[in-house]
Amino acid sequence: MSDAPMVLAEGVHKRFGRLEVLKGISLEVQRGQVLVLLGPSGSGKSTFLRCINHLEKIDAGRLSVDGELVGYRQVDDHLHELPEKDIVRRRAQIGMVFQRFNLFPHMTALGNVIEAPKCVKRVPDRRARERGVELLHRVGLGDKIDAYPAQLSGGQQQRVAIARALAMEPKLMLFDEPTSALDPELVGEVLDVMRGLADEGMTMVVVTHEIGFAREAADTLVFMDGGVVVESGPPEQVLSSPRHERTRAFLSKVL
Amino acid sequence: MSDVAATPTAQQRPDDIKAVPVRHPWRWVVAALVAVLAADAIWSMATNDRFEWSVFGDFFFDHRILRGLVTTLELTALAMAIGILLGIVLAVMRLSPNPLITGGAGFYVWIFRGTPVLVQILLWNYIGALYPHITFGVPFGGPDLVPVSANSLITPFVAGTLALGLNEGAYMAEIVRAGILSVDEGQTEAAHALGMTRMQTMRRIVLPQAMRVIVPPTGNETISMLKTSSLVSVIALADLTYSAQLIYAANYKTIQLLLVISVWYLIFTTVLSIGQYYLERRFGRGSARTQALTPLQRLRMAIFPRHEAGGPAL
Repeated sequence: MSDAPMVLAEGVHKRFGRLEVLKGISLEVQRGQVLVLLGPSGSGKSTFLRCINHLEKIDAGRLSVDGELVGYRQVDDHLHELPEKDIVRRRAQIGMVFQRFNLFPHMTALGNVIEAPKCVKRVPDRRARERGVELLHRVGLGDKIDAYPAQLSGGQQQRVAIARALAMEPKLMLFDEPTSALDPELVGEVLDVMRGLADEGMTMVVVTHEIGFAREAADTLVFMDGGVVVESGPPEQVLSSPRHERTRAFLSKVL
Repeated sequence: MSDVAATPTAQQRPDDIKAVPVRHPWRWVVAALVAVLAADAIWSMATNDRFEWSVFGDFFFDHRILRGLVTTLELTALAMAIGILLGIVLAVMRLSPNPLITGGAGFYVWIFRGTPVLVQILLWNYIGALYPHITFGVPFGGPDLVPVSANSLITPFVAGTLALGLNEGAYMAEIVRAGILSVDEGQTEAAHALGMTRMQTMRRIVLPQAMRVIVPPTGNETISMLKTSSLVSVIALADLTYSAQLIYAANYKTIQLLLVISVWYLIFTTVLSIGQYYLERRFGRGSARTQALTPLQRLRMAIFPRHEAGGPAL
C-alpha cells in the first residue's frame, strides 16, 4: 500500500444538523508532502482536518489515510463501522496539534509527552522517558521537562503539544491553526519547529493563516471557502496569480 | 538637556514608604466584645456544677464509648467507599449514549435521593421480612447457587452500611457528574487524537482533572456521613451515639454522655477537614503557577527562615 497517497479525499461531505459544512472536498496529500489549507473562518478547514482522524464522522464521500478508509471497513459493497479498537489504532498513527494546545494540565511537560506511548503503545516507562526527554530537547524545551503547562508560555505549551504528538511516531501530522492563539512574538518559535519537521520529510496537513509559512513550507496550497475547494496548486502560483476572484479577495485582505 | 530619562545610576532608590496606618476603632470594640462573651461562656461552663465534668472525664475513654467510636468510623469509611464507587459508576452511566443506561442511573438517583435516609435504614433492617431467603443464582426463579438466610446475612451493621452507602451513592453520582462535565472537551479530544480509548481517557485524563471539583464536596459528604451515621441507633446498632444512649439509659447522666460523644464527633470532623485540605492541594497540582504554603510549611518558615527561602514544593 506504500504507493497510495497519505490522504485521499473524494467528494467528502459533512453536515452538522441542517448545516452542510463540507460540500464535496476532493484532494490528495502525497507521502512527505506539506499541504496548507487556507480560507476564511467557517469555510470548513478545521472540520475537514478533524474528519481525517475521525474526530468527526463524514456523511458522504470517501476519505482514506495511507490506503485505509477512515472509520469504516469495506466488505464487498457495504461499509461497516469500525469498532473502537481499530479506530484507536489508526488514530495513534496520526498526530494532531490543536489551536488551544489542549495539554493535560495535571501532568508535567514530560508527563504529557510520555502518556500516550505508555498508555496506548505500552512502551516501558524507562524508554518512554528517554524518548520524551529527547523530543522535548528537539523542540527546544530541554530545561522545561518538569514544568506544568500553567508554568509555560503559549509558544512553549504548543511546542510541548507538538512533542506529545511526535512521541507516537505518527506517519501524518495534522495542525489546526497552531499559532492562532499565540502572542505575535511567540508565533515564530512554533513555526520554526514545524518547518524543521517539514524539512525532515514529515507528511503534514496544516490549517493556518500564516501566509509566510505557507509560501516557504507548503508543497500544495488549498484555498477553501463555503465548504468547497476553490483552488489549489503550488503556493507561489496560488499566492501570486490566483485564478479565482474569491481567492484574490481573500488574499488581498490577509497579505 | 540630559535629565529627560533618569537612569537608575543617576538617581538613588527612594526610601521604602513608612506611612501611619488607618485606625479601626470599631474593630477593636467588636473584638473586645467577642473576647468577653467567650470568656464568660467558658467561666459559666467551668463553674456550673451541673455539668459534672468529672463524669465527662470518667466516660470519655470508657471502653463502650471507644468501641462505639470504632463502629462509627468503620460505618463511615465503608459507607463512603460504597458511595464513591457507586457514584462514579452511576455518573459514567448517566453520560452514556444509551438512553436505557442513563435512564437506569437516573431512576436510581430518583429513588435513593427522594426518600429519607432514616426510612432507608429501617427498610434495609427489615429486608428479611420481604425476602426471608436471599439467594445468588439464575434470575427469574432459576436454580439457587448460594442460598443464605436473610437474617444471618443482614445484621444491623450490614443493614446500616448498605443503607448509608447506597443512599450516599445517589449524592456522589451528582457530584462526580458535575466534576466530569467541568473538564474541558478539548482534553477528551486531545486524548482521543493520541489514540486513547474512551475508558483510558476517562481514567487517565478526565477523572484526575474532575477530582479538583469532586474532592471538596466529597469531603463535606464524608464529614456529614460521620454524623448522619448516628441514625443507625434506630436499628440498635452500637455506634458512638447508641453506645452513649445505652449508658445513660442505665445511669441517667444523659447530658454528660451527649457531651462526651459531641467532643468525639468534633475531633474526627476536625481530622477529616485537615485530610480534605491536603487532598485538595494534591489534586490542585497544575491548576496554578505556584501553590500556597501549608500552615505547617509557614510555621517552619517562621522558625527557620533561611532553609526554605526557595519556591514551595508541589
